[in-house]
Amino acid sequence: MARIGIFLCHCGTNIAGVVNISQVREAVKDIPQVVLVEESKYMCSEMGQGGIREAIEKNKLDRVIISACSPRMHENTFRKTVADAGLNPYLLEIANVREQDSWVHADDKEAATEKAIALTRTAVAKALLNQPLTPKRVGLTKRALVIGGGIAGIQAALDIANAGHPVVLVEREPTIGGRMAQLDKTFPTLDCSSCILTPRMVEANQHPNITIFTYSEVMSVSGFVGNFKVQIRQKARHVDSVKCTGCGICWQKCPDLVPSEFDTGLGGRKIIYVPFAQAIPNVPVIDMPNCRYVKHLEAAKEGKKLPPCRICEKLCPTGAIDWEQEDQVLTEDFGAIVVATGFKPFDYGRYTEFGAGKYPDVIGLLQLERLLSASGPTNGELKRPSDGAHPKTVVFLSCIGSRDERMGKPYCSKVCCMVMAKQAILLKDHDPEIQPYVFYIDVRAGGKDYEEFYQRSQREQGVLWLRGRVSKLYQDNGKVIVMGEDSLMGRPVEIAADLVVMATGMEANDGAVDLAQTLHISYDTHGFMVEAHPKLRPLETNTDGIFLAGTVSGPRDIPETVAQGSGVAAKVLGLFSKDELATDPTVAYVDAMRCTGCFLCAEVCPYGAIDKEPSRDGRLLAKVNESLCKGCGLCVAGCRGNCINLRGFTNQQVIEEIMALCR
Amino acid sequence: MTHQAYAYYPGCSLSSTAREYDVSTRKVFEALGLELRELEDWSCCGASAAKGINHLLGLALPGRVIQQAEEANLPLTTPCPECYSRLRFAAYEMKDEATRKQVSQVLETEIKNTGAIEPTLKIIWQYDGDLRIKKPLTGLKAVAYYGCLFVRPKDVAAFDDQEDPRSMDDIVTRLGVEMLDWGFKTECCGAYLSVPKPEIVYRLVYRILKGAKQAGADCVVVACPLCQANLDTRQKAIEERYRVHFDLPIIYFTQLMGLAMGFSAQELLLDKHLTDPLPLLRGKGLA
Repeated sequence: MARIGIFLCHCGTNIAGVVNISQVREAVKDIPQVVLVEESKYMCSEMGQGGIREAIEKNKLDRVIISACSPRMHENTFRKTVADAGLNPYLLEIANVREQDSWVHADDKEAATEKAIALTRTAVAKALLNQPLTPKRVGLTKRALVIGGGIAGIQAALDIANAGHPVVLVEREPTIGGRMAQLDKTFPTLDCSSCILTPRMVEANQHPNITIFTYSEVMSVSGFVGNFKVQIRQKARHVDSVKCTGCGICWQKCPDLVPSEFDTGLGGRKIIYVPFAQAIPNVPVIDMPNCRYVKHLEAAKEGKKLPPCRICEKLCPTGAIDWEQEDQVLTEDFGAIVVATGFKPFDYGRYTEFGAGKYPDVIGLLQLERLLSASGPTNGELKRPSDGAHPKTVVFLSCIGSRDERMGKPYCSKVCCMVMAKQAILLKDHDPEIQPYVFYIDVRAGGKDYEEFYQRSQREQGVLWLRGRVSKLYQDNGKVIVMGEDSLMGRPVEIAADLVVMATGMEANDGAVDLAQTLHISYDTHGFMVEAHPKLRPLETNTDGIFLAGTVSGPRDIPETVAQGSGVAAKVLGLFSKDELATDPTVAYVDAMRCTGCFLCAEVCPYGAIDKEPSRDGRLLAKVNESLCKGCGLCVAGCRGNCINLRGFTNQQVIEEIMALCR
Repeated sequence: MTHQAYAYYPGCSLSSTAREYDVSTRKVFEALGLELRELEDWSCCGASAAKGINHLLGLALPGRVIQQAEEANLPLTTPCPECYSRLRFAAYEMKDEATRKQVSQVLETEIKNTGAIEPTLKIIWQYDGDLRIKKPLTGLKAVAYYGCLFVRPKDVAAFDDQEDPRSMDDIVTRLGVEMLDWGFKTECCGAYLSVPKPEIVYRLVYRILKGAKQAGADCVVVACPLCQANLDTRQKAIEERYRVHFDLPIIYFTQLMGLAMGFSAQELLLDKHLTDPLPLLRGKGLA
């Protein structure tokens, strides 16, 4: 005979305001094996928990039912409570009478009370079959992988490394630095972006605990929290990074120019190149498809002759050019993974009414950053792309690829308003004769000193902010005519601009979805990766040991991104503070005697937690990897032979619950 | 090639002010082996006044045309963007079962509302056979002007991009004409305001013509009778008012097709325009 105690929580008026608690008490007190029913205004309070502990000890309870809020809210709290009273925590059962009852049936109190009784009775039926469960313990590798070498990844890597743990930083571009390296100055302080970024890049590069793999990508990830196995592909630079001293003679003498990705196509770069002067590592890569020597080799195959070039090879003083270098695949062990792969700016060419990207003097935010930057293609002299003239009238268009359902981007990109304010102020700094106009929907200046900064752009710098959308741009005699609306004045506006800047929003980076799939973490319809909880677990994913930092999970500015980089490091360090990890025992298990090895379970498992293990007669049978299993139960439902079961939630328990509901 | 026939609905403009559009469309279709069977008893599409006075009347008038095409059991086509717009709107609204029943009741005939309704422009755009060009129109530079109605609104009528359509550019490029990029493809020409508020039309048309001239065009290629009328008949007055010289012939794309197919300028009624295209075409050796 079991001894069951039922605890009914009022949750203030959240439950008791709808559910008639005394009626519930009456209805459940006579269920066989129930020896005690108690109430508390707040069961989760210290007093409420103390009452539970006392009741367990005094009445020698061996099953506890708590009729309260969702187990997502307080299951861990109450498991600890019953464990403190000496009861196995898995003998606790929670009936959710708040989220699934009082909150949603507030308009029908009678039915809500009836449902509360049914849910509590169901929990009793399940609890009778609960078995004591014990977590298993596994070791962990105290080494972190950070994917993405922008400011979020650099910050996370530094904070983890400074705490004494080794970190591998993987970046797919030839240098770390990310988007922040492309910016000129930052709002609202107008400090130079690269001046504050490059010391961090150098620090990461020189840190004894940090290994940087640039020009590299994550290929595959297996394993589980504390024990990930990751394959990293290091693309061939065709330059030996040990021999190369970064002297620069190769990229000075390389004869060909192509548009520079770093300068957003506005400037040129050589075929053997480092993306920018402060690149880390200061080792160039050869852009093979554009290289004269490669073209020469390909032409030779077709029997044609092209000059071979190889100037870089001839001039390199250390013989670092290596045409034979190949991609390398490394397999490394990690305990935690930080995903910080950032964003890309929206392609404004999708706006056909604004010239579909064909008008040279219509540019994006990032292009203007490069035109303003002293390290940019014009050395910081503001020249417009079409004819190099100094623009005097500059018009900004807000919300390009943000807050626009037509483009499938209903979300606000959060930073663009402030970027426009900053760039307008910088334009005035460059040339006081410039008149900037900004067409906006709303100005979103939420952030420390942001509103003041926006106000300053208006009051001190004379930037004209016009509330309204622009319907069309067209070129007219060297000008770009902006046809818009001033919705505060209620009239159409036409401005003949020398330069038009599209405030391009943030989009999920290229390859984000592929990476999320490789990591088995979720992503939203826009390709941004999804947090475990949008408010309370913003840096974690639903996969233990994989964390998110920066714009990979949505638009944010630099301070927030850096805060997330540090925050994620705290999460990783918390994990690394343990010497072994406890695994949740509520996982699936296979009855090997009945398994036929069809592996339907493996197909439905979202976590890759089904292993194939040979039995004594050599057949492959399913075996649950308990460290990977999340206890979702898909395999249990999927198993044709009914030979998989879930600890703490067996098929028999489900049946008993249904029986109790039907009684 | 499979023989394809269409129920042809020319509409009022094509039987009056835009007769050259009708004539050239019929010639082009015939040359391509596409049959146009004109609806025997077609009536107004409801474009100008009807839809503003009475919503149901605005649906019933195009509904009647749709019903006639259903009777003929042929896909319905029209060259006029106004007609096309009204037909598509009626079909769109009749997706609602109650509306369809109501319109059927008014017409005293059941409308199935299942048939295809396409503009002739789209049919020619998607025609993948030989265009039977005898005389490519090389040396001619043009811009394509689609007007506002052909591609809008997206859910109802669009068969091409809303802001940067390509259909006419693609067709006329195949004739050997150099099609220039410009920013006014779907700009409003002022349409009906031509009568009550001509000064608005002057301003809008001036900007369009200026854009075409700046792009370097010899002429403007159109597919809409109202656009053609506004750009052509107002041109002289605009030139005087703004003290400019445009001299830009406004030619239907089907007229250029016909010319390339070997029909004479007179057969295509190219001599009917107010801004005479013949000096330009003769100068290039094309007419």
